[in-house]
Amino acid sequence: MTASLNARNIVVVLVAAFLLLLPLYSQLSGNVFALTLFTRIVIFALAAVSLNLIMGYGGMMSFGHAAYLGIGGYAVGILAFEGIGSGFIQWPVALLASALFALVIGALSLRTRGVYFIMITLAFAQMAYYVASGLARYGGDDGLTIYKRSDFAGLIDLSSKMQLYYLCLACLFGGIYLVWRIVNSRFGLVVQGLRSNEARMQAVGFPATRYRLACFVIAGTICGLAGALLANNTDFVSPAVMYWTRSGDLMVMVILGGMGSLFGPVIGAIVYLVLEEFLSQLTEYWAMIMGPLLLLVVLFGRGGIMGMLGRPRRG
Amino acid sequence: MAEQVLAEPLLRVDNLVRKFGGITATDNLSLEVANGELHAIIGPNGAGKTTLISQLTGQLPPNSGTIHFGGRDVTKLPAWRRSRLGLARSFQITSLLPDFTAADNVALAAQAHDGHSFYFWGDARKERGLRETARTVLARVGLEHRADVTVSNLSHGEQRELELAVALATKPQLLLLDEPMAGLGVSESARMVELLKALRREVTIVLVEHDMEAVFALADRITVLVYGRVIASGLPADIRSNDEVKRAYLGEQHAVTRHE
Repeated sequence: MTASLNARNIVVVLVAAFLLLLPLYSQLSGNVFALTLFTRIVIFALAAVSLNLIMGYGGMMSFGHAAYLGIGGYAVGILAFEGIGSGFIQWPVALLASALFALVIGALSLRTRGVYFIMITLAFAQMAYYVASGLARYGGDDGLTIYKRSDFAGLIDLSSKMQLYYLCLACLFGGIYLVWRIVNSRFGLVVQGLRSNEARMQAVGFPATRYRLACFVIAGTICGLAGALLANNTDFVSPAVMYWTRSGDLMVMVILGGMGSLFGPVIGAIVYLVLEEFLSQLTEYWAMIMGPLLLLVVLFGRGGIMGMLGRPRRG
Repeated sequence: MAEQVLAEPLLRVDNLVRKFGGITATDNLSLEVANGELHAIIGPNGAGKTTLISQLTGQLPPNSGTIHFGGRDVTKLPAWRRSRLGLARSFQITSLLPDFTAADNVALAAQAHDGHSFYFWGDARKERGLRETARTVLARVGLEHRADVTVSNLSHGEQRELELAVALATKPQLLLLDEPMAGLGVSESARMVELLKALRREVTIVLVEHDMEAVFALADRITVLVYGRVIASGLPADIRSNDEVKRAYLGEQHAVTRHE
């Protein structure tokens, strides 16, 4: 990887540095709000990075990706509610549950393509939403308050805002690194080849569905991790986090930042959530401003914000 | 090559039928391709040549009939499995990975035949084995200097050559070429014919082609399809003098007889 001094890389480095130094600023200035906002942003960025793996690189337009946020969150919430507070149990369960859910819905929905795939993933996510709404023991519609954050035996204290933030940031950077390795691996090239031309890939000897499914499960698992982080950040999990508009938000972050670019979803998450935060302070009709903005980016920058900053580097 | 008559042909098609609605695109078709031969399939437009190729490679399931490859019944096998067995195809309408480089296209085809691809970590573009194979195969079709060019930036002629390279990279036993000369200029066609002449010594080839000059220059045997049926099959000389073939071609008759 030769780091060239183009606009793209400069922005990536600046944003990464900003994210790394943010708690310092928050500490010095006493601006707690910035840290709270950006913890949320970093978590959603991780979810968007995972969605980008299947959507941007794999060409799988999943419209139900927020389901994993809920599954990861409920795994943490339910276990905490039942008295199992250890993160060493909660988090693996969150990841495993997300992976299993991805395996099942992937196996079913990957038989379809295009609009049907979008609709079937949406349908499964909505099913998860209604199942969660029906969990009377765990708060049903109202959601479940988590009274104690995941306990990591003193290794890390999640009730410290700064420690939680850095854990989220470490997960985000780890997720990006993982996706980067995957995308350039044999497996990743197959998945991208399938996005490019499935018939050709089958004809040279690749069984399409099992590679797509593996990719789908990896993405779901990473997003499950984001779900576990989100539940710890909000001390709360509710069906709303799985609602289809949340999946839409994630898609918008990916498209806004740049589909199929490694760092794009992070930029997308920052721009989307910061705009949401400030526009919603200005007017309750903030979506009226966000909509046209998104339209402009999609119309004039086909690779999202990252696309506007220059050509993607190869390999 | 005449001595290489084996008991079991490399490819044997028995009573293959494929219907699209009321149209029978493949009509009770039987065909044998011997090991080592270059077998051309010709026929007027709509004769069902591409439909046949797609059934042979597994992209399209037949309604009935069987396909044996290397003595094994492959009729029900999916395309990727047949490819693993050594059956490769090129597409009439160029079918490559447009946003990948030429080298990537070939390396991926080689990768498909190098075990499974569930390797998530190492950089596949830095794997010497795959890259070397890609270089060699690209050199074979005369594209080594274009290795790092994205496919969408290659000329049509280069894409046709790459199409062949991708098929070759899977180290096939049987190469199904669907109109490799389609859309090529005179000199490009000539290059392709030279390439196929060299290739036929190494691999069994089924060649679907409209360019009669190329077909008669290359084929050991020719099968003529009309409306999904075999109306003649035999040596080029026999096909040329076959009355039924001449009748079927009518307007194209001069093309068949030009070499007499």
